Amino acid sequence: MAVKDIFKAVLEFDEAKVSELTRKEMDAGSDIQSILNDGLISAMDEVGKQFSEGVLFVPEMLMAAQAMKAGLGVLKPHLADTDNKPKGTIIIGTVKGDLHDIGKNLVGMMMEGAGFNVVDLGVDVDTDKFVQAAKDNDAQIVALSALLTTTMPAMEATVASLKESASGVKTMIGGAPVTEAFATKIGSDGYSDDAPGAVELARKLVAA
Amino acid sequence: MIVIGELINASRKAIGAAIEGKDAEAIKKVARDQFEAGANYIDVNAGIFVGEEPAYLQWLVRTVQEEVDAPCAIDSPDPKAIEAGLEVHQGTPMINSISLEKERYDKLLPILAGTDLRVIALCMSDEGMPETVEDRLKIADKLVNGLIQKNVKVENIFVDPLVQPISVNNTFGVEFLNSVEEIMKRFPGIHTACGLSNISYGLPARKFMNQTFMVMAIAKGLDGAIMNPLDQKMMANIIAAEALAGKDKFCMNYLKAFRAKKFEF
Repeated sequence: MAVKDIFKAVLEFDEAKVSELTRKEMDAGSDIQSILNDGLISAMDEVGKQFSEGVLFVPEMLMAAQAMKAGLGVLKPHLADTDNKPKGTIIIGTVKGDLHDIGKNLVGMMMEGAGFNVVDLGVDVDTDKFVQAAKDNDAQIVALSALLTTTMPAMEATVASLKESASGVKTMIGGAPVTEAFATKIGSDGYSDDAPGAVELARKLVAA
Repeated sequence: MIVIGELINASRKAIGAAIEGKDAEAIKKVARDQFEAGANYIDVNAGIFVGEEPAYLQWLVRTVQEEVDAPCAIDSPDPKAIEAGLEVHQGTPMINSISLEKERYDKLLPILAGTDLRVIALCMSDEGMPETVEDRLKIADKLVNGLIQKNVKVENIFVDPLVQPISVNNTFGVEFLNSVEEIMKRFPGIHTACGLSNISYGLPARKFMNQTFMVMAIAKGLDGAIMNPLDQKMMANIIAAEALAGKDKFCMNYLKAFRAKKFEF
């Protein structure tokens, strides 16, 4: 089963091999959905799992994501011809006053790897911009990042505004000082302490 | 090496609980342990207590200084909290930290102006995190000149070039190291200091990598560190690296450490 080879190539972090195998599968007429879901996305799930277990580390997660993206690049022009839809749209950003982007980027990358459409607003993002982007993109989830204890109140304000905007959008939060208890306190729909956990949470929130 | 002991930080669970429960003995023990291990400054941070930070920080300064005869590094971006700490501090503390982020810069500069306070100047601006030597030097230039114009002595300034994780970009180590060298060269008399554990974020065996990175940074001129002084291997690495970098006349400090069994773990 050659889709399995694509899965394996992602776990070997081999960008060129993933592209080549994906192209071959396409030419052989394999189901595009299967290449995407059983090959690329499920490989990233395995990477995420191994990362959470402490088997793989950040540089390997980055390399796997690059390899996965290479395969996705081959598939993309043909995805439009199928009834494939993105798994959902997620707005992500670091809250006002906070310039840290590494954690946010890892989470965004893993969400893309899971097939979500990710709109990254960058760092130091004010509440209005989150609300507007959620509306403009018809997003299911807004994911907020903060690395500083001093910017956690900005999270609270943004979560409150998103709720008020009544678009039905879900919120999730994360970052070094953030805890489950804080998420509950400010009324966020969820919290995760790592990137693979954030993917799992996003899937739950979209399905809910 | 000017060691700033980092352990009294409210975001560490045991410390947060000790602060909230006003457990002076627990705080004093951590202060004493760090002081005896060689800390020159005891960092105090009550950042997780929104609204209560000034009162808690003042209590921390008082508690630490009841126990050890060392200055504190008052760790907060909030001028109100810093002033509360300064009110009760004996001797000359360090402020951790000013940066080029406009709000922080404008609020902290008046506190520092014309004083003998030591200050950590973090290379961060509203434009984001610096990645290259050039990014860092641009920020350092503005920060150092801004402070000097307000009559802060160059020898009281500790520039923190900002460590970024090597796991996400393999140039981040070299760019930091070369920044240390360039800052030390460009501003004679200045210090550099940093919390360097961020270098190993996302990697295993972090302590090992941090210890190695410290040695490399000392070779480039780093002379201050916000760190855990109870990490004996790290302290030993510093002593050996400073001797190798020519900062230890007749290797006296190295020998003293040997006789005090600091190279036996």
